[in-house]
Amino acid sequence: MKKIVQGTAFVFGNNIDTDQIYPGKFVELTEIADIKKHAMSGSEIPDLVDKFKPGDIIVGGKNFGCGSSREHAAITLKGIGTSAILAESFARIFFRNAINLGLPAITCKGIHALINSGDQISINFTSGEIKNLNTGKIAYAEPMNDYIMNILQSGGIKAMILKMQKEKKTLQTK
Amino acid sequence: MHAIEKLLAKKAGKATVHAGEFINCTIDIAGINDLYYQTVKSFGEMGGETVFDNKKIILFFDHYAPCATEKQADNHKKFREFAKAQGIKKLMDINEGVCHQLMADYGFSHPGEIIVITDSHTTTHGAFGAFGTGVGATDLATILVTGKLWFKVPEIIRINLIGKLQKGVYAKDVILHIIGDLKADYGVYKAIEFCGPILKDFNISERMALCNMTTELGAKTSYIQPDKITTDFLQKHGVHNYTIYHTDEDYKYTADLTYDVTNIGPQIAAPFSVDNVDNINKFAGLHVDQAYLGSCTGGRVEDFAIAAKILEGKKVHNGTRMILVPASRSVLEKCIEKKYIQTLIAAGATLATPGCAACLGIHQGLIAADEVCISSTNRNFPGRMGNLKGRIYLASPASVATAALYGEITSPQKFFERGLCS
Ligand code: SF4
Repeated sequence: MKKIVQGTAFVFGNNIDTDQIYPGKFVELTEIADIKKHAMSGSEIPDLVDKFKPGDIIVGGKNFGCGSSREHAAITLKGIGTSAILAESFARIFFRNAINLGLPAITCKGIHALINSGDQISINFTSGEIKNLNTGKIAYAEPMNDYIMNILQSGGIKAMILKMQKEKKTLQTK
Repeated sequence: MHAIEKLLAKKAGKATVHAGEFINCTIDIAGINDLYYQTVKSFGEMGGETVFDNKKIILFFDHYAPCATEKQADNHKKFREFAKAQGIKKLMDINEGVCHQLMADYGFSHPGEIIVITDSHTTTHGAFGAFGTGVGATDLATILVTGKLWFKVPEIIRINLIGKLQKGVYAKDVILHIIGDLKADYGVYKAIEFCGPILKDFNISERMALCNMTTELGAKTSYIQPDKITTDFLQKHGVHNYTIYHTDEDYKYTADLTYDVTNIGPQIAAPFSVDNVDNINKFAGLHVDQAYLGSCTGGRVEDFAIAAKILEGKKVHNGTRMILVPASRSVLEKCIEKKYIQTLIAAGATLATPGCAACLGIHQGLIAADEVCISSTNRNFPGRMGNLKGRIYLASPASVATAALYGEITSPQKFFERGLCS
């Protein structure tokens, strides 16, 4: 996980649900290459994938990612190269899914009012500082729990469990 | 401690737990539905070879049942192969129905257990005193490998339901009213418990509807203290071994709310948000293109019973179509036995396969741009049932059937007032 990321912000509103992030009709897709083509296609920026560059940042209001448990919603945003998602609050399952994939979902009260679509944003994961480079305004992320930090630093839960499995095996063979 | 905390502590092998604590729990039931072949892929990517316990895993083919595309069929095929290879016997194929209903029908939902399914409405199982919660594919794959999952112990909100229910008002109206009042993010990360005298008026079907929709408050899980209604239901479904936990008297709830249901009339959640709720009379007269009766929220025998009563000997309005989706095979069988299905088909309704059908906009009853659908389901997000501009109005099964009859949104209370229904 990088310490500092910088990218262009794409701002969405409150209660952005998983059907907007990733419409149900595409859930049958299983390959990331296919899944990432439909990021935010049900939202007010349906052509986000054409505008988004790897490293860019998604900003939401309250309850970002509410609705279904579909991991596709987090996979698609990770797939297009989102470096972080900033929101006032996250829906529970979406938050878990993002963290499990190693995609930083960062809660920051008041962030929505500080950023406009198109602003350049930098995020320092160590200090929690979020800076709007266009306005110079600064906000601080809610600190992350160690458990969650550990998953992010391992590059997601898959990598973490894979490592655990390997360690278990080597212990067994010893 | 709260009953939920006692349950979690037991599963985490600890004497006590407290809100905010991160714990690792053993999982009693891990359910995967057919949207999430991702789970099997992740299981492989995590180095998984043999699942932790093939008797605790259930596969549900509900969202795509029966398949509408080749890709869906391919996912089902791969799931069947996985089940065979892993010796998973509980494979609920396309003839069975929606996961949450099957958990009840087959007596898989037990008080005191942790049920994790790759479906957000797993909160439904609070109706049985279980800890039910939805997760994504990678979380479920973690369970397949380790048999465990991490949780943050939730804060708990208590909702006390008092007063007297009006005729034509159901659990669905009560929960819509509460969601409209508290808003869609009120319960994020929290557990919601229902209590109070009104629960005596709610059978398991209504309690499931109540708990099911706590997901729309963002809740992590829900809870109803098991009582005689619960234990009678369990006994009827062959469930005898379970643990019922009780909340200590000195437990402090994060919030303790009371709703007097006496003045709650039939409710509607209007597009495009479940918390956009108002009394049905506000929408009276709105033309309805489709009336949808089904889902894990409003597709049970009791729901078909009320719809059949309303439409018996009558016709679905010309210009309106009515879609019936029983939540499960067993629901369908009972509805046939009681002639509800025959009554509704004679009235002009269309029967779809038990399962999720159009509830999440995949197949069997999608709507076009600007069409209006009144639905007994649980979500009305843009595009949830087809076109992004399709408009979904969430309501009780009685309100759905009444709208089908008149071709426009109409309070089902009219029916009861005129003595047409008791
Ligand atoms: S019926 Fe609807 S809400 Fe219930 S599990 Fe199926 S898609 Fe989800």
